Amino acid sequence: MTILNSKIPTGPLTEKWSKHKAAIKVVSPANKRKLDIIVVGTGLAGGSAAASLAEMGYNVKAFCYQDSGRRAHSIAAQGGINAAKNYQNDNDSVFRLFYDTIKGGDYRSREGNVYRLAEVSGEIIDQCVAQGVPFAREYGGTLSNRSFGGVLVSRTFYARGQTGQQLLLGCYASMNRMIGQGKIEMHERNEMLDIVTVDGKARGIITRNLITGEIERHGAHAVVIASGGYGNVFFLSTNAMGCNGGAAWQAYKNGAYFGNPCFVQIHPTCIPVHGEQQSKLTLMSESLRNDGRVWTPKKKEDAIKLQKAQMSPNDIADEDRDFYLERRYPSYGNLVPRDVASRAAKERCDEGFGVNETGKAVYLDFKYSIERLGRDVIEARYGNLFQMYEKITDTNPYNVPMQIYPAIHYSMGGVWVDYNLMTNIPGLYAIGEANFSDHGGNRLGASALMQGLADGYFVLPYTIGDYLADEIQTPRVDMNHPEFVKKEKAATTRMERLFNIKGTKSVDSFHRRLGNIMWDHVGMARNEKGLKFAIEEIAKIRKDFYKDLRIPGEFNSMNIELEKAGRVEDFLELGDLMARDALNRNESCGGHYREESTTDEGEAKRDDENFTYVSAWEYQGEGKDPILHKEDLVFETVELTQRSYK
Amino acid sequence: MADKILKELTIRVWRQKDAKSKGKLESYKINNISGGTSFLEMLDILNEELIEKGTEPIAFDHDCREGICGMCSLFIDGRAHGPDDDITTCQLHMRKFEEGATITIEPWRAGAFPVIKDLIVDRMAFEKVLQSGGYISVNTGGVPDGNAIPISYDDAEEAMDAAACIGCGACVATCKNSSAMLFVSAKVSHLAKLPQGRVEATRRAKNMVAKMDELGFGNCTNTGACEVECPKGISIANIARLNREFLCATIKE
Repeated sequence: MTILNSKIPTGPLTEKWSKHKAAIKVVSPANKRKLDIIVVGTGLAGGSAAASLAEMGYNVKAFCYQDSGRRAHSIAAQGGINAAKNYQNDNDSVFRLFYDTIKGGDYRSREGNVYRLAEVSGEIIDQCVAQGVPFAREYGGTLSNRSFGGVLVSRTFYARGQTGQQLLLGCYASMNRMIGQGKIEMHERNEMLDIVTVDGKARGIITRNLITGEIERHGAHAVVIASGGYGNVFFLSTNAMGCNGGAAWQAYKNGAYFGNPCFVQIHPTCIPVHGEQQSKLTLMSESLRNDGRVWTPKKKEDAIKLQKAQMSPNDIADEDRDFYLERRYPSYGNLVPRDVASRAAKERCDEGFGVNETGKAVYLDFKYSIERLGRDVIEARYGNLFQMYEKITDTNPYNVPMQIYPAIHYSMGGVWVDYNLMTNIPGLYAIGEANFSDHGGNRLGASALMQGLADGYFVLPYTIGDYLADEIQTPRVDMNHPEFVKKEKAATTRMERLFNIKGTKSVDSFHRRLGNIMWDHVGMARNEKGLKFAIEEIAKIRKDFYKDLRIPGEFNSMNIELEKAGRVEDFLELGDLMARDALNRNESCGGHYREESTTDEGEAKRDDENFTYVSAWEYQGEGKDPILHKEDLVFETVELTQRSYK
Repeated sequence: MADKILKELTIRVWRQKDAKSKGKLESYKINNISGGTSFLEMLDILNEELIEKGTEPIAFDHDCREGICGMCSLFIDGRAHGPDDDITTCQLHMRKFEEGATITIEPWRAGAFPVIKDLIVDRMAFEKVLQSGGYISVNTGGVPDGNAIPISYDDAEEAMDAAACIGCGACVATCKNSSAMLFVSAKVSHLAKLPQGRVEATRRAKNMVAKMDELGFGNCTNTGACEVECPKGISIANIARLNREFLCATIKE
């Protein structure tokens, strides 16, 4: 078994990052001009990295599948971004943010990485303000904060319910400035299909131009994967329709290890599934739990009446409402972390207390805060979310409580990276949601934006220099190098194979089948039998996929079904690895809940003795079982305890 | 509450092979659509049926399906983003349509937004306008503390109102002149309302207007149609502000 080198600097936690920065190499301005960097994905991580690297003087080539970099799915993040500014004088600190994140992640992330994240969090806010991000303000002109799940302080900065949008527009504006100056070469409507390595180092990518269908070669001195998460394995998720694991998966298939694939986040507050015709789920921001109270009826007969639409929730008296989060977790109440809130909702619904026709919904009620604060205040805080809810469900959440249910939202797992955010392939980096590093088994709310921007603005721009300093003599790679020719041919063959199946079933039909298996057996609750079943079923779906897939249209032009087919092909393989990882990790931690490992009260029970490690999976080739490597997690500062929010 | 079921609908949709080919409206029937289904899910279902028949599915832009990424477009029954107010096409639900309805779907129509395929248009002109000045020139690092720049509540709110633009292009598609003034003014206003953005306000207004004119967008004749169809409620007061900023910039010169 290989020992993975995480390259966490030695020494006290608080000095690791500064010591490391002082020790790593720096590239001179004159040499930066000679170096090219490819960034795949233009969300908060990729966008901030592309802009920062270009400002520093590197030549950047950025790629996205959307028609504009500003449409990346970071844009949909609603609630906010965390930072340890302590502006509210509530005794917040870098250490507290670090501790909350480690604990929130159920002690399955690296101390060194998480501390660094907390350390740079404050600078992110300063940077965004300087770019003109219109964060919410107090009347005195200072920045406003709100609270989020899993913490006892107010450290979340926000721009109404559109924080992700505003942060992304901020870093996209910085990108635009660099595009205008010719320092970023932007490739929209382009999808990465493969990574090219030369002499063991990442030297380029193969892409498909989604307008012309052309397969293209692009070279560089380093490649950065910032392509987001793989939640769409589940078919129904809060991810954008185009979100895919493709770039990260190609990294894996080229030898990069994949870390903790089974760690996915199930967000407690999404609009419930309405029926068979659905293709996308919509998130309602976690910030709503600041002012909304979650409940189900106490009496089963009330629940049954609600399910049959024979009564209104407003007819149920306060004493007949079970505010189950407040009941079970008095100190955090409605603001418990996401994994805890999701499981608690599932528990109530499984017991028969669900409140809609499918029995899979609970209430999020604003009646109490409207009484306390007035409708105007609630409207100012959440107006756009309430409007969104009403447009989708046709009910007015000011008058009737919202119905919510958990849904797949985020992937904590991702490409394995070291402290420098480099994968085990030299010159290949992974940042943002695409890597596995900072959130352990569960991500706290408002921390995805923080991590994406931390990686892109303040970590990668430094650490990539340490690698590139040794590449200043390396000339630009020849686009006719045999490796590029070989990889282009492989990508074309792969697409042709899918196109030429000429079966009878659509891509979506296979995706839906995969999603159902994943949700039922690799979703909120997992057990050995179900996971083994899932692995078998996924293999069957894969077999059918290659036998019966139908892609109409032309090969060498825009072909939306072909695009989707490539992504679903990746998801089918990813789903298999997720199930294997979940099967191996016979403990409950964070979002990964193994029914075999619970406390008497039904809470997740970790097994620190056997599982305090990162699972890093190594690809062995088609049809072969992947190899599991373990990176032991070393806790020098924090004491591992059973997580409690009671 | 159970949603109504639309037993039969006729979908007339613009089909165009690529930028060079001529397009035309084609009709399709679709059955048993729930009122709780979104408009784009209805198109997904129609596409599934087309694939089953071996026909190429209808290409349309979409991504987040939460009304925020600005990728979805569609001119539905003569209205950008369809027959509902303050939403994008992806948030439109089928309960807004009646049993037996014929629904006509076209791409954005504007000289600056050429059709790529079916309902997909090329909106790169928007990006080029943004590249010409839609930013504050700060590098990463070395900026003052977030609270060192106090901004009044009202200014922050007004900046946010303008910054809410999702760049979908409904304003251009709706305007009889295909003017991009609402889009450009939203970005100029967002940055002009903030002290950080004032520093290069002159340069920004001039450059962005020049680029907009160069790319073939039409002029603004104050019909106000853009404001009506904007899914994010961007106000034409922003256009007044852009005009003021542009005038100031010209005088300064």
